[in-house]
Amino acid sequence: MTDKQSDGIFYDVVSPFCGIASDDLVVQVDGNTVTVKENGDSVTTPGFETPITDLSPRINGQEVSLEQAVKHIAGLLNNSKQPLIGGMGTDLNGARAAMALADHSRATVDSQFSDAAFRNILVLQDTGYMTTTLTEVRNRVDFLLVVGTDIELTFPRFFERMVWPKESMFGQDIDSREVVFLGKKPSGNASTSPSGRAAQVIECSEADLPEVISVLRALVKGKNVQAESVGGIPVSELAVIADKLNQAKYGVISWSGTQLSHAHAEVTIQNICEMIKEINNTTRCNGLLLGGKEGDTTVNAVSAWQSGYPMRTAFSRNVPDYDPYLNRGQRMLDDGEVDLLIWVSSFNTAGTPPKTDATTVVLGRSGMTFEQEPEVFIPVGVPGIDHAGRTFRCDSVVSVPLKKLRDSGLPSTFDVLTAVEQAL
Amino acid sequence: MLTKLTGGRVFDPEHGQNDVVRDIYIRDGRIVDAPSDGKVDQEIDVRGKVIMSGAIDMHTHIGGGKVNIARTMLPEDHAEALIERTELMRSGCGHAAPSTLTTGYRYAEMGYTAGFEPAVLPINARQAHMEMHDTPIIDKGGYAMLGSDDFLLRMMAANEDQEAINNYVAWTLTHTQALGLKVVNPGGINAFKFNQRKLDLDEKNTFYNVSPREILQRLARAMTELGVPHPLHVHGCNLGVPGNKDTTLDTIQGIEGLPMHLTHIQFHSYGTEGDFKFSSGAAEIAEAINRNKNITVDVGQILFGQTVTASGDNMRQFAGAPHAHPNKWVCMDIECDAGCGVVPFKYKDQSFVNALQWMIGLETFLMVDDPWRIFLTTDHPNGAPFTSYPHLIKLLMDKSFRNDMLSTLHPEAQNATHLASLDREYSLYDIAIMTRAGAAKLLGLADRGHLGVGAAADITIYTDHADRERMFSSPDYVFKDGQIVVKNGELVKVTWGTTHVVKPEYDASIEKSLKSYFDKYHTMKLGNFKISDDEIIDDGRGSLTVQPLHKGGKL
Repeated sequence: MTDKQSDGIFYDVVSPFCGIASDDLVVQVDGNTVTVKENGDSVTTPGFETPITDLSPRINGQEVSLEQAVKHIAGLLNNSKQPLIGGMGTDLNGARAAMALADHSRATVDSQFSDAAFRNILVLQDTGYMTTTLTEVRNRVDFLLVVGTDIELTFPRFFERMVWPKESMFGQDIDSREVVFLGKKPSGNASTSPSGRAAQVIECSEADLPEVISVLRALVKGKNVQAESVGGIPVSELAVIADKLNQAKYGVISWSGTQLSHAHAEVTIQNICEMIKEINNTTRCNGLLLGGKEGDTTVNAVSAWQSGYPMRTAFSRNVPDYDPYLNRGQRMLDDGEVDLLIWVSSFNTAGTPPKTDATTVVLGRSGMTFEQEPEVFIPVGVPGIDHAGRTFRCDSVVSVPLKKLRDSGLPSTFDVLTAVEQAL
Repeated sequence: MLTKLTGGRVFDPEHGQNDVVRDIYIRDGRIVDAPSDGKVDQEIDVRGKVIMSGAIDMHTHIGGGKVNIARTMLPEDHAEALIERTELMRSGCGHAAPSTLTTGYRYAEMGYTAGFEPAVLPINARQAHMEMHDTPIIDKGGYAMLGSDDFLLRMMAANEDQEAINNYVAWTLTHTQALGLKVVNPGGINAFKFNQRKLDLDEKNTFYNVSPREILQRLARAMTELGVPHPLHVHGCNLGVPGNKDTTLDTIQGIEGLPMHLTHIQFHSYGTEGDFKFSSGAAEIAEAINRNKNITVDVGQILFGQTVTASGDNMRQFAGAPHAHPNKWVCMDIECDAGCGVVPFKYKDQSFVNALQWMIGLETFLMVDDPWRIFLTTDHPNGAPFTSYPHLIKLLMDKSFRNDMLSTLHPEAQNATHLASLDREYSLYDIAIMTRAGAAKLLGLADRGHLGVGAAADITIYTDHADRERMFSSPDYVFKDGQIVVKNGELVKVTWGTTHVVKPEYDASIEKSLKSYFDKYHTMKLGNFKISDDEIIDDGRGSLTVQPLHKGGKL
């Protein structure tokens, strides 16, 4: 519940700007100005506080009414041979409307975050995994291994909320929790324990991570490893980590698909996931997939239940056709296969469309600026600020309600895309 | 508009009507009396046709996290079952884990007008409702899942009184927008988080020192005392474990006469006899069901072919993961609330175990005497996709067909069953009970599952083919809330069903301890956990139907 007080203060506000979707924010609203008063951070605060600049849709830079813009988009879609609905920075109902429109107009759907999300989805579709969720981590983790990811850079409150709470449900001594970074060094000290014990960092280049993980998995399984070092890390040091994973009561291994960006990182993630399954033959250990900001998890979930498939699904044959390679939006644009790009990015002014020769329509957050003015631009409301909505967290289990905080008059992505579908 | 269905053969067990020829009148979505002036706007001649109320699937995994994991995980399974967009229908796909839209269309085309998701994790209830919201035509609802959630186990470890537990249950049902309460491997999902690998009925969770027997008693009592019509819906301990029939028999005894629904009983009816150390316990289980009138069951029949198993029981799903086909699977621990496991599976008719599972399910159907206490399910998609129901109905109604099928299965399994000697054939009236009247009564759906005046006009009209599979695959007409949605087996209109819930009263003081619990341990605020009525209504397409409680509920 977001209780608005008479002084324009809202409590228990959910942030859709970060994949852990913290829901304890205190936000002040004065007209169209939003200020995060409590529990903001470097990701969430700018998300809420970005000011509104545009209120009117534009066609080729000229202000038009919403009706005119909608009609124009419908006309473009009717004449398009291969539309792509990209970006997909939206909430539940925005995603529903985008899927309905894609189905109707034989478009392909892909999200701006798919390259990262598919590093995990491809593993799910090939061998699967064992994972856990944020509240389990908060109460149970005793050993946290972070692979190739500087968590606090993109999830500033992760350690505060999940690793160093005041108390755990099971009487655990919170300060005894151990954190190890493998690969990448953290950019700050959020991972330092309340008593001041810094996390252990075992650095290697990202290019060496696949090999390092392979050796770690072998050590976890008790295999003899002949090499003395891998990726510059002494094997003996990895053996200690392997031992800790096997000894932990509730180990958690975490990574961000965005930050594991080496070629075919899905294979590294798969190796981690298979290692986790093997550890579970004797003790408990789980993966924690970090990601999911700005509707990333939401759009894949909605796409899966409406079409059977996640993003990268095409409707050109009147049935959903899924192909994670052929239907990669950027590939389609690069290869000149798309004649109309409808780009949805309602959370973030920086989430602008890729440069393309295709006719471009943008449903973007007010304040978005363009190198090249799109044919149509409609400033849309931000879910959780300008209109109510729902969004999924990174663990893809929990979804949270987003409340309307102000009356900006900006339409929702759902409103616009539904109107376009009706105008087809 | 007044519609008259003229001269059909009515099977309406709620009113004891077994093949009674009578007219039915429909106005404003309801079944009404014959008009005094005899004037009707539309008359449909259904002479000779079989009329039942719309079928109700009381246990089908149609929405929520684990179903969506199954969908995302199985692109190869969808690729063979793509559904084209039409003027009327959205595109979709799916055989084992169909898309929500396809799910609604297919159910309606089979004459089903309601389906209930049995495993709604409270923390994931919002998603379950989102998916059901996108499931057209049929009514829906869910059973909230408790029993491995830390809040309940903490209450039980602290020996809080029954009234406090009733309050918590009522609060959970209300704020997850649920119709019933389910427990899955009671306490076992929680025990798995503490690295326990099995939990028998009287085995204690190592942290809480609480046993499954105690959890079942507390929750079953809560449902009775709150007056919730649907009894506690139980997926018991030791699913799939040879010898688990003894656990099941103990579970029946252990509930001490309280109403209890044992779901997918087939998976809990295994003995350990024979060379394969795997045998049918169906006779003993059926006898116990016949004797204990407080017990209802659904079968969870398996049928052969590829499917996917999706369950809250991650303890047992992890144990079963080596059998995954194709070889991929997911297990999750979830939010100090529950868990889930998704394991694709292919039931093979030449596998001894799978063949015997098929036989055990059918033995159970045929040996439980009272069709009001046994329900037709495949535990979709765990035993088989729901689209195989017409085939299952034929197996129940046609002994020679059943025995022909039996004769093709693993020979050793054939020797291990008395199925061939069971002569019973279900009648149309029996089918109407188990898929309509009985299901509505079990769930407490006041105005569904029957054809009396005042009932919602959810009506299915069939041609009486000797081939029951053909008959039940393709009804002549399906009415949903008085509108024709299917004609000659094909969808002609898309409507949106309601969500059935109960709203038992609770003492608001429960929120004090819940708020403190959420603030201390959770990563979500109590207020954000609650699902508002507006979320169910959503874009205006959804609606809530609050079902009445039994009289005498406390609080």
